[in-house]
This record gives sequence, C-alpha cells and structure tokens, in this order.
Amino acid sequence: MKKLLARLYLGLILLLLYAPLIFIAVSSFTESKVLGNWTGFSTKLYSNLFSGGMQGSGLMNAVYNTLIIALIAAFISTLLGTLAAIGIFHSRGRLKNATMFLNNIPMVNPDVITGVSLFLLFVFLGVSQGYVSVVLAHITFCTPYVVLNVLPKLHQMNAKTYEAALDLGATPGQALRKVLIPQLMPGMVTGFILAFTMSLDDFAVTFFTRGTVGLETLSTFIYTDARKGGLTPELRPLMTIIFIVVFVLLVVVNIRQERAAKKKASLK
Amino acid sequence: MYRISNFIGKRSNWSLPYAVFLIIFVALPLVLIMGYAFVNEGGGFTFSNITRFFGDSDALSTFAVSIEIALETTAICLLLGYPVAWLLANSKFNGSSVTIIIFILPMWINALMRTLATADLFNMLGITLGKGTLLFGMVYDYLPFMIYPIYNVLRRMDPSYAEAAQDLGAKPLTVFANVTLPLSLPGITSGIMMVFMPTVSTFAISEFLTNNKIKLFGTIIQENINSSMWNYGAALSFIMLIIIGLTTLLTGSQEEDSSAQGGLI
Repeated sequence: MKKLLARLYLGLILLLLYAPLIFIAVSSFTESKVLGNWTGFSTKLYSNLFSGGMQGSGLMNAVYNTLIIALIAAFISTLLGTLAAIGIFHSRGRLKNATMFLNNIPMVNPDVITGVSLFLLFVFLGVSQGYVSVVLAHITFCTPYVVLNVLPKLHQMNAKTYEAALDLGATPGQALRKVLIPQLMPGMVTGFILAFTMSLDDFAVTFFTRGTVGLETLSTFIYTDARKGGLTPELRPLMTIIFIVVFVLLVVVNIRQERAAKKKASLK
Repeated sequence: MYRISNFIGKRSNWSLPYAVFLIIFVALPLVLIMGYAFVNEGGGFTFSNITRFFGDSDALSTFAVSIEIALETTAICLLLGYPVAWLLANSKFNGSSVTIIIFILPMWINALMRTLATADLFNMLGITLGKGTLLFGMVYDYLPFMIYPIYNVLRRMDPSYAEAAQDLGAKPLTVFANVTLPLSLPGITSGIMMVFMPTVSTFAISEFLTNNKIKLFGTIIQENINSSMWNYGAALSFIMLIIIGLTTLLTGSQEEDSSAQGGLI
C-alpha cells in the first residue's frame, strides 16, 4: 500500500515534469502551425528540417551557431580547466583558495548577472561583440564545471606517476600527454559533456554578449520567434531530437560515473 | 631557456593561465558592475543610480514581486521535492540509482522552449495566464534543482542513525523529524539556494508564462541594459548581487560541502 502511494506520487511528479516535453514531442508529428492543434499524423516537420526546407528562416543557421559555439567553448574549457585543476591540486594556501573562490562565482552567479557583467567588460575593453565575445562568455561559465570534474580524478590517482615519468627522462609535456591525461580522461570527458550541454542550453549570457551583429543561437532564435508571436513549427521536431540526444549523453555520463565509483569501491 | 622549462615543470604554475582568465572574465566584470553603478553619465562618482531605484516605484514593486515569486517557488519546490528526494533515496521504494536521472533530466532541456510549451499547454487547457501559471511554470522549471541536492545528502546518509532511533522506540514520524530532517539540512539549504537564486533573477520566462502581465526584476535589468541605460542597469544588477551575496552567506557554509562532492551531476 505504502509502495503504491509512493509510486503514485513519483509518477505524478514525473508527469508534471514531462508534460511539456511530451507535449512538444507529440505535436512534432503534426503539421499544424499552432502548438496544441492536432491536424493528423505527419512527419512533414521532420522532413522540412532535414531536406533544407528551412533555408532562409534562420533556424538552421541558429542551430549551426549553437553547435559551433558549444563545441569550441567546451573544447577550450576542457583544456583550460584540466590544466587549472592540475595547478590547483598542486598549489596551496592563498593562491589555491583565491582560484577556487573565483572558480565558484560563475556557478553561483545568476545568468543575468554573468551576462550583464560580461557585457560591461566587453564594452569597457572595446571588444566588438559577436562570435568571439559569446565564445569567451561561454568559456567563463563552462570551465568551472570542468575543474570540478577533473579535481576528484587527481585526488584518486597516484601523484608519483608523473614524477616517475620525469625521472625516466620525459619532458613535462610528454609526461602530461602520456601519463597525466590518460588518467584524467574520465573527468575531462564528463567535464566536456557538461560544458557542452551548459553552452547549448544558455540563453541569458548569450543574449547579453552577442552584440548587434545579428548572431542568433537556438535560444535567442526561440526568444525572438516567441516575441514575434507563434513559434516556427519545425522547432518541435528539433527540440524532440535535442531531448533524445541530451538524454543519451546524460545516461552515458552517469553510467560512466557509476562504473568509476564501482571500480573505486572494488579497489578499496 | 632553462628557467622557462623549470617554470612549466612546476605543476602549481599550470593554473596560472586560468587564474589570469578568472581575473579578467570573473573578477573584473563584477568590479565593473560596481564601477558603472556608482558613476554618472559624465563619469563622476555618484549614488544617484542607487537612490533612483528607491524612488522608482515601478522597479521597486517589480523587485518586491520577484522576491515574493522566488520565495513562493522555493517553498513549493521544497514541499514537492523533498518527498521525491526522500522516496528516491530510500532503497525500499527505489533500488536503482539511475532513476534520479529521469527526475533531473528536464533541467538540461532549453528552458525557454520548455517554458513556451508550458504556456501553450495552459492555453490549450483554457487556463488564463497569470500568477498561478507563473508559479506553476517556475516550479516546473526549477523542481529538479531542489530534488537533486536533497537526494544526494539523503543517499549518503548513514541509515544506522535512523535505525538506532527506531530501535530506541521512536515512532517513524519522530525519527524523521529528529534524525533524518536535521541530517538532510545541508541538502535543503543548497536546494533552496539553487532554486531561489535563478528564480529571483530570471528574465523572459515570466513574460511568456503570464502573457506580459507580470514582469520580474531580471527583465528590468535587461530592459535598461538594452536601452543603453548602462549605469542604472548596473546599479540594479548591483542590488541583485547583494541579494545573491546575502543568500550565499546565509546558506554558504553548507554549500562548500556539496561543491566538493562534484556539485551538479
């Protein structure tokens, strides 16, 4: 009886959380212009999306920008964050505390503040806003997640292996590539995936730092579209696909972490 | 040459590029918010941007509404989310540690798109957009942020404390109120923070969920920045920063613990 009630409650909350997503997924299979109108089953929106029927609407361009920005930001964040994590792990005292303190700020700061503050920075430095400023802004809020995912791996690994490599004649670069990075890889991959999804999902920071050159990402496209009234119907199949991709990515990340945790437990 | 390789060889130096990056892209921008907030159009020091806020009845009422909505959203999320976290962390009701992913997954989907779908869902059901739908949409958007930290703390909790209390004759409710709940406080505070901070500062979401009937503080900041009122926009951001700073101070000591555990996911 108790179990049934528990299931019922969990099911109800899940329904609440998923209703809008299911709503989008279901209505991606009908042609109706208005979200919520069912005008018969159709895969036309999907074929529009893939056959280039969306040229000129700016949607595909926005998708392209979103992916490129997310890839570049996630890649640079992973490099910067991994190096930083190694440095933080081996430093002590004030420098370490200050770096960790600053590292935490982008994670606690609301998007609006991060966006406005970076906007003021680019104005102050005279950096023209567009692709570059958006990528820099995304690196700012993505890197902390990489640092936090690589640090635990450093705690787990044997710190002596790097020194052993140096003693055996490897240069720091070689030791980094051949000894450190392979051991940090799981944390780096998780960090990369998190950074990628954070960048993909961002709206506020992009909104403030994209300038006036007409750069659109998926989020800003949706915002502009919704303000004009009525969303481009092809967004429905697109969101459904993104939902499935993110689902798979997150399941992969979690299975990886689960496995790592099990491995750690079995080593003890 | 030797000195350079020596410098690189010291691993504590490897965080220097990031330290420089943090100073430019995290510290300096926050200093700039304060800089712009206390400067007038001509570049002279002034308090007028701040005092203007306290005389701006539109901004003041928006501020009050934002705090109210954020507090209500946080309270509803806590009431709805705690039982979820508790049930999921309890092996009697949930054996798999993957179930939690299903509950936190929606937070990785574009928030704007989810919000718009929620608004359309209300339209389809014939529900008028207003404060009720705003609260519903906000709870919907941020509930996973409440569930996850509480779940994490409950999951790691040593069950023997609760068992001991039970063995000593405490009723289930007493065990919960005197043992489980106090021990899960760190999760609750970080959940409150993770819901309150983004809700108090959202922009765009409330407009879509209320058909422009209710405007929140984040939107006022955005409007001022977009209409080139940078100094006033910065002053409003500064006020928001103070709110965020106070919230962090109030809940801060426990938050460090959860970020050390890897934070989100």
